[in-house]
Order: sequence, then structure tokens, then C-alpha cells
Amino acid sequence: MGTLVEEIISNRLGRQVVAGDTVVAPVDCAFAHDVTAPLAIEAFERMGMPLHDPGRVVLVFDHVMPAATVAAAELHVRIRRFAADHAVRNLFAEGICHIIMVERGYARPGGIVVGADSHSTTYGALGCFSTGMGSTDVGVILATGRTWFRVPETLRIEVAGELAAPLTAKDVALHVLGRIGGDGADYMAVEWGGETVERMTLDQRLTLANLSADMGGKAGLCEVDDTTLAGSSPVDGVPIPRPRSPHYADVLHVDVSNLQPQVAMPPAADNVHDIGDVEGTPIDEVYIGSCTNGRLEDMEVVAGYLAGRTVHPNTRTVVVPASRRIYTEALRRGWIETIIEAGALVMNPGCGPCLGRQHGVVAAGERVVSTSNRNYPGRMGSPDAEIYLTSPAVAAATAVAGRITDPRRHH
Amino acid sequence: MGRAWVLGDGISTDAIMPGRFNLTTDPDALARACLCEARPEFAENVRPGDVIVAGRNFGCGSSREHAPVSIRANGVVAVVAVGFARIFARNAVNIGLPVIRCGEAVAAIADGDEVEVDTRTGTVSSAGRTFAGEPPSALAMRIAEAGGLVELVRGAGWATLEEAPV
Repeated sequence: MGTLVEEIISNRLGRQVVAGDTVVAPVDCAFAHDVTAPLAIEAFERMGMPLHDPGRVVLVFDHVMPAATVAAAELHVRIRRFAADHAVRNLFAEGICHIIMVERGYARPGGIVVGADSHSTTYGALGCFSTGMGSTDVGVILATGRTWFRVPETLRIEVAGELAAPLTAKDVALHVLGRIGGDGADYMAVEWGGETVERMTLDQRLTLANLSADMGGKAGLCEVDDTTLAGSSPVDGVPIPRPRSPHYADVLHVDVSNLQPQVAMPPAADNVHDIGDVEGTPIDEVYIGSCTNGRLEDMEVVAGYLAGRTVHPNTRTVVVPASRRIYTEALRRGWIETIIEAGALVMNPGCGPCLGRQHGVVAAGERVVSTSNRNYPGRMGSPDAEIYLTSPAVAAATAVAGRITDPRRHH
Repeated sequence: MGRAWVLGDGISTDAIMPGRFNLTTDPDALARACLCEARPEFAENVRPGDVIVAGRNFGCGSSREHAPVSIRANGVVAVVAVGFARIFARNAVNIGLPVIRCGEAVAAIADGDEVEVDTRTGTVSSAGRTFAGEPPSALAMRIAEAGGLVELVRGAGWATLEEAPV
């Protein structure tokens, strides 16, 4: 009985839990990346215990990969040494952690996953309970295989209406974020459902679950259906979780039939406007990628728009496929060539310029359109740069026009 | 007794500890960059015993534990806020930095005011007034008493938490 998150945790513990319970639960897989792993390793070492299970640990180099500074290189060395010392073989340097966790099957329907990164909510789109924690929590999981949770209340978001191209899940998620605010789902699980979500591809649902973190959500989840199971397999021995007579703390109904492309203006992702409010704003840099929007479908949208067009000379455009698999598939389909010929820069898979360390750090006074999830001052470099968050379609149209542009004008 | 450093709503971990400064685990290096976006003079002028007083959703954004580590490394004894982002609050408790929810205190306290925080009861005192903040949860209290999550689980294991759910 219960919401999707209550069902998942109940199934894994073999007893009924309800929102508000504090439980100690097994973790199917825990991960950290090149920024959060070093502190997690220090916490693990202070535990003074052997690694619980190297097979359940994933380490990903993505935030600054390859290293752009000596400091980053030294962190990488420490992580590699830890992996060698403790026989951790799940070591990746081929894309963003949240993409790897899905592609490689570490996150699976019915499972419990913890990541030392706030956007670990992403794989809730597969019907697992996955959440972000800090390094100390992950360090303790490395030693014990378990952690504590307060079972969260659930905000159900019921999405109805036909989402007309080029609108995507990004516009839906930004719209909801604008409505409920950056702490609107604080400590809660955000459960996405309704006819519009049922029609979405897995790539789209991952975007919804990803941005649930920016609503304050502890988790973002979608129900398991044929679309889910075509792209992932459930955790062994655990029933496929489904909401059963759920009690929701709140239900938000959203009709997307007349939704406009959404733009989150500075200084935070919940400052969301219809594109008409900001159209024409000159833009110095466009970043297309991230754990929110660096997936294959996003590359398709961008290549589709840039085909036969040229990026504006005043708008450097950085495209970062989120993983090696996405990159190579986009190459095979000719999309990368299209993107490069249009004048964009294509970087190696990883977090790209999202967090201001590499691949397009911005100066004071510059304006950026980014398909990522964060636009806090200082996020991508100078605290005096402005960051606007959009869908890949808006970003591609903006790259060509050099100004924030509604892609429907040229679709 | 310490001084209040008053900040607004939605102070993110990007503002507390920007990405360009957190490629280290050294608490002293992190302390020097702490709050450099929101209050550039903070790291130079903060004194042990001071308190951060902030609005809604303090610590929102990235899970980087470098943010609470940098605050604690400056000798700040507690953060009092209207509300905390989930991961920040958990990280702070795990490393022994008390976080107290107390909207009334936030509304009343001005930058530089003398403040005293009873981290066991959540009581915040300033200029002769006392505000009843939210006391820490039983689990947060146990983690604090142990000196942090590592110390609690290393000493007692998870079993004690399972036997006496908190």
C-alpha cells in the first residue's frame, strides 16, 4: 500500500513503511564523482572498516574530465588510488554520472540508489528510489552498505494535454518549478504521472525526475510501464513497484496543451517565464548538454534545428553529449557533423561548462543560455554573468539568432 | 555568544562554495572561500562563535559537502534559517554543524547583532529576546552527541538505530 516511493522502500525492507517513518535501508548502488568522491573516501577511511561491496560502488570522472587544473588532477589520482586499493572496478570517465547509472544498469526499477550528487533523483524515472546525499553519507554507505532515510511524503504531479513539438519535458518541468518554487517539494518525493507522462519517452522522463531535485525534492519518480521496461530491467527478487491506494500530501494538476516554451531567468531556476517575456535578449554563450538535457533525443533536436543553419558569430555554442554512447550514436547518425558544421564546439562527454570549471567559463556581464538545471550567480563562472535555462530547442534557436528565440518561429 | 551574519533567501551552495574553489578537501582552503559570492568579506572577518542567520531554502542546489565544511571550518557554531535545503541540512548534521529552523529569530535579528544559540533545544537568544526554534530531531541529536555520522555508525553501528527507531 502506498505511493510509489513507499512501495519501493516497503518492498526492499519486506515490511510496510509510510511517509514519516525513519528507516535504515540497504543501498543497491552508491556512487560519487570526481568532486564529491574525495570527501566520501575520507569519511570511509575514518570508518576504519573494509569496503562493504565493491560491486555496489560506482565512481565517475565527469565534473572536470579530463582534469583542467593540477588540483583536479590530484583529486583524480586520489580516486584512482582508492579504487585500486579497494578493488572498485566500476570506474568511468565516459560521461555524466547520472547517464552512466542508467546506461550501465546500476539504477533499476524497484531499487534503492544513493549518489553523492544532488541530481541523483534522475533515475527515479525508472521507478527506483534514488536520492542525492553528501559525501559523508556515501562514505558510510561504502563501509556498511546501508543508510538511513526518512520516508518522504509525496507530491503527485498529474500532467494532461498534448505537448506540441518543439516543447518537451524540460518545458513541463520548468513550468512546474516556476509554479511551486525551488523549495516547493522540499523533503518530498515528486511522483510524475498522467497521460502526458505516460506518452513520454524514457529520455523525457529522466528530465522530469532530474529537475525534481531543483524543486527541493528528495526523489523524482515515474511509474514503471512498457516504456521503462524496454530500457531497463527490474532489481532481482523485488516486485515491480506501483502506487497502490496512495495517500498524497498534495496533487498538482498541470495542463500543457497551451504551454509556451519556458525560460528560467536569473537568479534561480524557479524564476520561470514564458519565452515571450525574454525573447530578443542577446546571448554570448549557449551550452547544450548536462544531466538534464544531454541525451540522444536532445542531440537530435539540436542537429535538426542547426541543419543548414549557422551559429551566430557573437554566440559561442558549446554542445556536450552526455555520454560516450550518446556521442558515438549521434556521430553515426550524422548529427555531430551537422552540429560542428553549423559552427558549434563539441566537447567530450561530461558535465561540460555547467558548473563553471571548464569548456566555457563565463565572464562578468556575459549572458548564457544553458540547457542544464542551475542558474545561481557564479554557477558557470563569474557571479556577474546571467544564466537562462531553456530546452535544447530554445537553445538551438538562440544559438543561430544570437538572441533568445522561440524555436516555433522557424520550426 | 557570537555575531550574526545575516543573509537572504535561497543562498545556494554555489554561493557558499563556488565550483571554482572546491577542488580540494582541505577545510582551511575551503574556509577561505566560504560565502565569497554572497558576502565577500565573510571569510576575513568571521570569528569563532559567530552564527549565520538566513532566509528560506539555505544551502539549496549542489550536494557539495564542501559548503557546510567551509562554514564549520570558520568556527561558525550554528546556522539559523527559515528553512534549509534537504541535502545541506543532512550534510551539516553529519559533520557536526547544527542547523536550527527559526523564522521568528531570522525576522528579528540584524546583521552584526549578538546571538546565542542553544543547539540542543533550538532556542535562539538575541538582544534580550528569546525565540523558540525547532529542536533537532532525535536522530540529529544522536548524531551530534556522537560527534558526527561517521562516529555514530562506527561506534554503535546501524543496529542501534534499527532497534530504537528515531
